[in-house]
Amino acid sequence: MTTPLLKVRDLNVRIPTPGGLLHAVRGVNFDLMPGEVLGLVGESGSGKSVTLRSLIRLHRPPIGMTGTVEYGGQNLLNASESKLRDVRGGQISMIFQEPMSALNPVLTVGEQIRENLLEHKGLRGKAAQDRATELLDLTGIPSPKARLSDYPHQFSGGMRQRAMIAIALASDPQLLLADEPTTALDVTIQDQILRLLLRLREELHMSVILVTHDLGVVAQTCDRVAVMYGGRLVETAGVNDLFHAPKHAYTLGLMRSLPGAGEHRQPLQPIPGGPPDLRSLPPGCPFAPRCEYVTDECRGTEPPLLEVAPERFSACVHYTELPALKSTLEEVNA
Amino acid sequence: MTTMHSPALEAPARPRRRWPKPTLLIGLALLLVLIFAALFPRVLAPFSPTDFDYEALLKGPSAKHPFGTDNFGRDVLSRVIYGTRVDMQIAIFTTLFPFIFGTLLGALTGYLGRWSDAIVGRIADLVVVFPFLVLVIAIVAVLGPGLTNMYIAVSAVGWVSYWRLTRGEVMNQKKAEYAQAGKVLGYSPSRILLRHLLPNAVTPAIVYLMTDMSLGILLGASLGYLGLGAQPPTPEWGVMVADGKNFMATAWWISTFPGLALTLAGVTFSLIGDGLADALRPRA
Repeated sequence: MTTPLLKVRDLNVRIPTPGGLLHAVRGVNFDLMPGEVLGLVGESGSGKSVTLRSLIRLHRPPIGMTGTVEYGGQNLLNASESKLRDVRGGQISMIFQEPMSALNPVLTVGEQIRENLLEHKGLRGKAAQDRATELLDLTGIPSPKARLSDYPHQFSGGMRQRAMIAIALASDPQLLLADEPTTALDVTIQDQILRLLLRLREELHMSVILVTHDLGVVAQTCDRVAVMYGGRLVETAGVNDLFHAPKHAYTLGLMRSLPGAGEHRQPLQPIPGGPPDLRSLPPGCPFAPRCEYVTDECRGTEPPLLEVAPERFSACVHYTELPALKSTLEEVNA
Repeated sequence: MTTMHSPALEAPARPRRRWPKPTLLIGLALLLVLIFAALFPRVLAPFSPTDFDYEALLKGPSAKHPFGTDNFGRDVLSRVIYGTRVDMQIAIFTTLFPFIFGTLLGALTGYLGRWSDAIVGRIADLVVVFPFLVLVIAIVAVLGPGLTNMYIAVSAVGWVSYWRLTRGEVMNQKKAEYAQAGKVLGYSPSRILLRHLLPNAVTPAIVYLMTDMSLGILLGASLGYLGLGAQPPTPEWGVMVADGKNFMATAWWISTFPGLALTLAGVTFSLIGDGLADALRPRA
């Protein structure tokens, strides 16, 4: 077994708010293998974006982070600022949900790519220009050389996301963090961008952590999935296993609320209620108030994330009672 | 992906050029006239601004002296033209120093926030509790009259507006995702601030700069009028208005023409300020 690229242990993020301390991420553990695409899914407010941002310590005080994020033999959560600046952008890059606002409107796309090339690769002049052209070409932008001198507002939504990816890849990162990279795009462009990410993962041998609330996206791209709820990982599994037989009541609920396509159309079953208030969590399983399988056992103490099958972890007391789903990956993808 | 290389995409359509509004064009045309007068007064002025002509004292407008002559027989037209240089210099220096100082400080405190912002904020409050002109006059009175001291006094007071504008805008911009993206890409704080945030945050300050230039000219003229700015016999419009005030009843032209020149310069900068505000307004 190869060594993981990234090891996250007992990650906690606490955000002070006027209404009390918001415990946004509560003891998250996971490993990421080289070349792996990990999907981080959950509802809004489940802590997935906060988790992603704390991996490269983007939160600033008063937001508190504890635990370890081990990358290249070093804990990024207590690395020095200058070391962190090397890692950020240099080895771990990130792309955002809204490609318009993530690009600087007053600099041309070329300038923004060359800036990263200069900062992390020391390339300048002709070499930087050629590499920038290559990068735009790699992300599938037509006539890349001419488009380098364009400003972000001259690009369409999908092209901006491609440009953003080109900037992020300029430094040949080992790991790409993608924070809902396709949410702001329409479905056909979404598909192109996801295919692009997968292709780049193959060509550049990098790992990807993909934050999304779209299970269709997960099915299409990820090797492994981590489901978040109430600031915790409640289930992790290989993508096939997860879609065939969810081992957590929440994951099952997510699957059932996903519109299927094809011949097996069934009425959608939404999960009742809303996500929990992270400032005052009930004792026991955070999903208990909305769960149809709930028993007294769920309400006592919070169930830990345990290995329920090889390579599968679940924090559900009733995982054996959950039905297998007929839905297959192909259907979710359809 | 090959299908994407269609000819239509090879040459991306440039957004059509937006012509500036007439206000900006008129303002710029007037500015050209002023700049020309400031750079080459010799070409335009028929006489030297300081030559006395005792044959023609307090003469009204005529073919030889279109704007008349003053009590020393100096040609008012020539003095107004030579005055352009002094007043343009005043317009630039009374705004440029506050602009540079206020904008950089605003960017810095807006980005750093916390105690730096609090300290500078209190100093700014201290400055703005006094009426602008009163404080400037007080500082000039302490330092002594003259153009250099006037620039110092205006800089000490005028930076506050630029500081406020830039600080607010930087505070806004630093929350934008591209600032976050800069951090994610491992750029240093100074790079993020100077290369990414400042160019996006400086527009309001530039627009205000143009408005402030017309105020600066008026301020310089006011101080000249009060004897605290430019000193006679410098051909400065405010000084000239003051020189002519005793002759208003008999020789109106001595004060009136420099006064009109002041108005024209004020209008010029206001037009440019309006036009720029419109042209630089962020588009979706």
